[in-house]
Amino acid sequence: MSALMTKIRLYWPLIKSTQTGLLLATGIAGYLSAGTLIGLPTLLGVSLTLFLAISGSTIMNMWYDHDIDAKMKRTHKRPAAAGLLSRTEVYWVGMVISAIGVGGALAIAPLYGLVVFAGWFFDVIVYTLWLKRRTCWSIVWGGVSGAMPILAGRVLATGQIDLVGILLALAILFWIPTHTLTFSIKFREDYANAGVPTFPSTYGETFTRATIAVSSVLAAIAIGWASVLIGVSAGYLRLIAVLTAGLLLLAFATFRVGSERVNFGLFKYASLYMLASMIILAITAF
Amino acid sequence: MKMTSLDRLLLLITGLLSAYQIVVGINDLSTAPIIAYTIAFGVLLVAGLLLIILGFDALDAPIVVIVSTIIPLTLSLGLVWEHSAAFRVPYLVFVVLGFLAVSITRSTPMQNKLPTATIALVHGVAGLTIFLLPIVIALQGQVQPAFALVGVGGALIGLGGLLLSFLKAGKPILSRETILKVLPGLLLLMTACFVAGFRFG
Repeated sequence: MSALMTKIRLYWPLIKSTQTGLLLATGIAGYLSAGTLIGLPTLLGVSLTLFLAISGSTIMNMWYDHDIDAKMKRTHKRPAAAGLLSRTEVYWVGMVISAIGVGGALAIAPLYGLVVFAGWFFDVIVYTLWLKRRTCWSIVWGGVSGAMPILAGRVLATGQIDLVGILLALAILFWIPTHTLTFSIKFREDYANAGVPTFPSTYGETFTRATIAVSSVLAAIAIGWASVLIGVSAGYLRLIAVLTAGLLLLAFATFRVGSERVNFGLFKYASLYMLASMIILAITAF
Repeated sequence: MKMTSLDRLLLLITGLLSAYQIVVGINDLSTAPIIAYTIAFGVLLVAGLLLIILGFDALDAPIVVIVSTIIPLTLSLGLVWEHSAAFRVPYLVFVVLGFLAVSITRSTPMQNKLPTATIALVHGVAGLTIFLLPIVIALQGQVQPAFALVGVGGALIGLGGLLLSFLKAGKPILSRETILKVLPGLLLLMTACFVAGFRFG
């Protein structure tokens, strides 16, 4: 029993629970945004398959990046980087969880499964294995991958890829740079030590901050547009507008002031903003 | 000064109450008050979230004085628009000019007392409007007695505004530690009074 608990304690950090939880929330929000009657088994199916597929791709990322994780202060204690788990074990755990997640998604609905698989493919193959160590633009593909859960949820509910689904996916795609670029500024030395190309190291901080500001604006436009199309009530639209104003204000402040504190404030606010938007989209559909 | 977990909880509840007010608390009003109240409670909500994220140090930013003027100005504008039709246009002009005056005097280096006087005038008029108008119309029977709670909220916002403004002006009425200690509770109490006043008044 204690051996099992030890394994779980070691496996849990592999899935980056906060990030996985946030992406899972977007997937569920995408599903609920269609306003269809919730079938509890389907909702459970969406939650479980997305959780496993996202966790699986994150573990695969940990498996492949163990060497650069070991060079970074922020990540060197991760189980794979610290040698607490063997690479082979991490690989197989990642593959099995991924297979169950993607396979389960395909079993629920082929188109839903295809979108879930696309998310896994863009994260593991395109972002992690191919581009992350080559170009700072890899984050775009990481963003595409991150946008797939919400699209998958929407696709499962509507049976098609519609304009709302694309807008919701774009909202996540544009929100991700706000998140990751802020991170790459804060931990730029870490990334430099590991030899990972980032926007700050390639184009400088000013350009990076401008990119963060522009992507925040685009994310806000996409979420606002999607909310209107979904038919979010006037009250909740006002709330989204207020939260968006806060995001834009911080993005502008990040660009103008450029302090570490404002930068990290934007990072945290952007997460809160996305979570709040997802909750609003989910509850107002009913 | 470090923010405690209780401070964060109080600010979170303030934010949630503000969100409630924005979503359902002002639905039946006409367009202008809805816009005014949305801005007022929106600033409260975002300010609460930013305080939770950035801590009390966020209050040191020069823009705080300007932003904190928005809350009383837009709240009082909503009240005047709703309950005192004859003063709508003159008060709207006061709000616009007042906000511009505060913004200009706070963003331009000045050695005289004009910035402090401007703040005192703008906060004073707006604060008195929020304090007196709901109480007067509640006493006149135009609204339910509970609407007077909005006036209580007005008194609290006036108090908070004065404490913060004089602190920022370098002439604190109370010590910075004391002000920061009471601020989250004051914000929550104020917001609760507003929400309850609008809901039951």
